[in-house]
Amino acid sequence: MAAPRLIPCLDVRDGRVVKGVRFQDLRDAGDPVTQASMYQDQGADEIVILDVSATPEGRGHAVETTSNVRQVLSIPLTVGGGVRSVEDAFALLEAGADKVAVNTAAVQRPELIDELADRFGSQCTVLAVDAAARGPNRWEVVVNGGRTPTGRDVKRWIRSAAARGAGEILLTSWDRDGTRSGYDLDLIEAVTAAVGIPVIASGGADNAIHLEEALSSGATAVLIASILHDGVTTVGSLKKELLANGTEVRP
Amino acid sequence: MSADVVIVPTGTANTASVAAAFRRLEAEPKPPKSPDEVRDADYLVLPGVGAFGAAMAHIDRHGLREILTDRINEGRPTLAICLGMQLLGEKSDESPGVSGLGVVPEGVTRLPQDLTVPQLGWNLVAPDPLSRFLKPGWAYFANSYKLASVPDGWIGTQTEYGGDFVSAIERGDVLACQFHPELSGAWGADLLGRWLNGTGGRS
Repeated sequence: MAAPRLIPCLDVRDGRVVKGVRFQDLRDAGDPVTQASMYQDQGADEIVILDVSATPEGRGHAVETTSNVRQVLSIPLTVGGGVRSVEDAFALLEAGADKVAVNTAAVQRPELIDELADRFGSQCTVLAVDAAARGPNRWEVVVNGGRTPTGRDVKRWIRSAAARGAGEILLTSWDRDGTRSGYDLDLIEAVTAAVGIPVIASGGADNAIHLEEALSSGATAVLIASILHDGVTTVGSLKKELLANGTEVRP
Repeated sequence: MSADVVIVPTGTANTASVAAAFRRLEAEPKPPKSPDEVRDADYLVLPGVGAFGAAMAHIDRHGLREILTDRINEGRPTLAICLGMQLLGEKSDESPGVSGLGVVPEGVTRLPQDLTVPQLGWNLVAPDPLSRFLKPGWAYFANSYKLASVPDGWIGTQTEYGGDFVSAIERGDVLACQFHPELSGAWGADLLGRWLNGTGGRS
């Protein structure tokens, strides 16, 4: 079987990696090319870059960043943030992305998912979903960095997106993101039971046990950010721990 | 001397990733300016991301069907990646009614429904001992479909995903991979290097 993936995520604004909790208090955390290359050397299975620029000029950097990162990266690269059309997606793919993630624009106009899947294939079309807990086994889709509730139920939204052709879900728990208190396992179980496409768990990782929990809850990949950026651990040591505990990852 | 590598544009593929991988090997990847350049290329790459039907329509629109078929039948250096490998087959469940290149007498079928599909991730490749190019290792896959079985006359390699599927086939200087060598880290780069250095009269 395919091995579960460990995927470092870089939040990029105006061409620089930034970090902060829930997109607040963003601090400069370095150059995306250097960081992507470092995580690749540590054994990352894939890299996700999310452009969190607030302005159109800032977003223009995303294509350039993608192109620069591609030159050094020989593992898959997913890019998201501000993708509103097939043209936006094509520009990123031309620059060197292998997959494109959409979020807010798809909530506003779900047909975007069909258009991307028809043109580039499902394996290229990632739907990013930010989920906020609203009660037992109930989550609402939130957008705009969590500020805007959408009224959409997470499970229903993801099922309809999969039917439209989304090939992978990047599922972020809004409640856990940046807290390092572990993934929202109920959310992962609910979503992976609802769809048969791969789900990347995101939000809350602090250690290898958290990664194992997410994977045994049904995720096929785990997104990791702050613990790597803060130098708490490396992809290599997380993988070593996973292997020692019997989870087969790519060494 | 650096090698000229012609990458067939399909309008949907991740050609930038393929080109970057060859540049890191100090080859000179380029898109073809004409069908003649596809025919005459020292090294040809048929990448593929997207749907079977759309890719074949693109190939036919650019008059490449016979050129590709001839190249592959003659065993000239050609690398087919992912959907590119599936295009070698006769037809695909993905696009009923569309004829593939048909250089291998096999159909393309969907991965079993009870699995997580697409297969997105790294899986183990354990090559046939006769393989000229492949070594054991982890390769990156992104596929919902697969070649039904190893065609006669080809050396095939199988990988396990809820049952065995064909992860690569080779004949002469033609190598077709269901996985993405350009995204398979150092193992993939080594493979591309062996294909470049071991074919086209270089072996």
